[in-house]
Amino acid sequence: MATLDTSRPAAAALFAGLSLRAWKVIGLAAVLAAACVLPFTISSYQLLLANQVIVYAVALLGLNILTGYNGQFSLGHGAFYAIGAYCTAILLDKTGIPYWATIPLAGALCFVAGFLFGLPALRLEGHYLALATFALAVATPQLLKYKDFDFLTGGVQGIVISGPDTPGGLPLRSDQWLYFFCLLWTVPLFVLAWNLLRGRTGRALMAIRDHPLAASSMGIDLARYKSLTFGVSAMYTGIAGALGALLAQFVSPDSFDLFLSIRFLVGIVFGGLASMAGVFFGAIFIEFVPNLADLVSKAAPQAIYGIVLIVCMYLMPTGVMGLLRALGHKLGRLVAR
Amino acid sequence: MRFRTSLLTAAALLALAGPAFAADAPGVTATEIKIGNTMPYSGPASAYGVIGKGETAFWKMVNEQGGVAGHKIDFISVDDGYNPAKTVEQARRLVEQDGVAFLFNPLGTPSNTAIEKYLNQKKIPQLFVATGADKWGNYKDFPWTIGWQPSYRTEAEIYARYILQEKPNAKIGVLYQNDDFGKDYLAGLKDGLGDKYAKMVIKEASYEVTDPTIDSQVVTLQGAGVDTLVTAATPKFAAQTIRKVYDIGWRPLHFMTNVSISVASVMEPAGVEKAVGLISASYGKDPTDPTWKDDPGMNQWRDFMKKYMPGADLADASYVYAYGVSLTMLQVLKQCNGDFSRENVMKQAANLKDFELPTVLPGIKLNTSPTNYHPIRQMQLEKWNGKTWVLFGKVLGGAGS
Repeated sequence: MATLDTSRPAAAALFAGLSLRAWKVIGLAAVLAAACVLPFTISSYQLLLANQVIVYAVALLGLNILTGYNGQFSLGHGAFYAIGAYCTAILLDKTGIPYWATIPLAGALCFVAGFLFGLPALRLEGHYLALATFALAVATPQLLKYKDFDFLTGGVQGIVISGPDTPGGLPLRSDQWLYFFCLLWTVPLFVLAWNLLRGRTGRALMAIRDHPLAASSMGIDLARYKSLTFGVSAMYTGIAGALGALLAQFVSPDSFDLFLSIRFLVGIVFGGLASMAGVFFGAIFIEFVPNLADLVSKAAPQAIYGIVLIVCMYLMPTGVMGLLRALGHKLGRLVAR
Repeated sequence: MRFRTSLLTAAALLALAGPAFAADAPGVTATEIKIGNTMPYSGPASAYGVIGKGETAFWKMVNEQGGVAGHKIDFISVDDGYNPAKTVEQARRLVEQDGVAFLFNPLGTPSNTAIEKYLNQKKIPQLFVATGADKWGNYKDFPWTIGWQPSYRTEAEIYARYILQEKPNAKIGVLYQNDDFGKDYLAGLKDGLGDKYAKMVIKEASYEVTDPTIDSQVVTLQGAGVDTLVTAATPKFAAQTIRKVYDIGWRPLHFMTNVSISVASVMEPAGVEKAVGLISASYGKDPTDPTWKDDPGMNQWRDFMKKYMPGADLADASYVYAYGVSLTMLQVLKQCNGDFSRENVMKQAANLKDFELPTVLPGIKLNTSPTNYHPIRQMQLEKWNGKTWVLFGKVLGGAGS
């Protein structure tokens, strides 16, 4: 232990005797407290944006587990987001199931869908997997319009649903309640992911990413881990889709086009691959930068978006979290000196 | 203590006064009216973004000419990327953050569907939506949402009327895309033919957007003995249909949806000579049609374009659309007579009487009422002569729904 401490003098010495870890816990508590106070301090529209950021963060976490931690590329996570959203919308539209019960069902469905998709995808590596998942994203809007599913999906028209009402007795507006409802899903999902990734499983996932051959010679069952990771990843993104449907109160094929999948990938790369905190920065990026681009130019908002993205990636090649880590490192060395 | 009480009273009064004034006419001040709009400036449908640009230029012109009843128009048009989830977010931004009085001409059927419930619940007018679907005339369930252009259903009804008049013994076949767009045509033919539908329409054939060709459907229709064909197909399939019908030596009386009458994307790929005799319907003046070269109405539009949109493509019919729909909005604001409350704006939008536009065909008049939310219900038939579309006959009206 002593050697460990001296190898990282910065961590031990940092800021008034508190370790980096302690500061992280304090920071996390502060963020959580802020997240709980937030809905009472901002307007209803801003709350919608904040809620959307949270939902995107869950979706990005799903993709990051797969791509960042396990090294499997997916250009098709918009499809799982769509499946989750449609699952909730169809259940609310066709059955009497309460809205809160649709979320785990959507998650379970997406887990199965992701797992099944992961099985054949085992044969594909790197770019080839990226293309296979890309096909999924391309097919999704058309499948949702397909006539034989029309009675369920509502075809091109989509499905209009009602948002949840505040449960009796709670002094909250319905949008405030929805925000807390999303938060109640988000926090456990992040805790679960944290537990999953910091232990044995996480090390196995990263070993597969870094050196599959070495990982398998160490006794890691590649096929099992990879397909299960696909399932878990799809489940996260699917739950996000389900929450997103409650937020928009409408689903239609046009809500889940190819761009959605690409935006997710942009999100995790911008935030930082293999980083749980990074997904929030990614979510903020994909939620707000299009709006900013629209403010700058009506003629070519996508060009502005592209320029912003290029500049960001040039300045922060390892994403926001990479930059923060590098800054933390420098700061640590300064303090140690 | 007294000071505090009076301060509290003042604060309470202010708090009361604020919302009270806002509730009167939200989005309206003594000098300004805020109007919101969503457009696909980015994404798959960004070609339609020019409509938003045309409208922005239009309101700039109105402001330079002094505005409406002393009010300048603050037109806030935002990008939704043709993604309904984004439209919801942007509509709420316009209403809750920017505080617009109402939404004007948001574009897209799914986008408008996504926000119609929200806007109707809040009683915010959703005026003259930019979509051709028939559902926008549903004044009973959505009294705050009103359409503008003739719906596909109205168009089909007009074809039915023409067939009843000119060819009462027609054996009609319908080739339609299997979605809302195609089905609106079936509904319109039923409206127009009434109880004769079952007798006159001898064959309906549908195709999927995913089908590679419609050849077999065309052959089936010919085999059934159809002599009058109504085609509700998007441009690619429309071109295929025209070509196939010609190539198998079939010469039915052929009606083509006005979605697919573009010279560049339908007539030329199909073969301009193969389409001779094709019939369609229009409501607007085509900016490339030489008929309107010296038309005063279109010149008014051209002057506007020259001054406020220099360098824009004058062959793009979307600019004509933007100008026409904005003039309709302006007329509603003028009719408001200074009272721009949401109730009155909606009331006047549903109170257009024989309003004429310089950019629609002569004889077409816009009419709305509390039970008619389809402002344009008239069209004129036109025939393809191998070079251009030639209007013929009188302006025909459909009842709509």
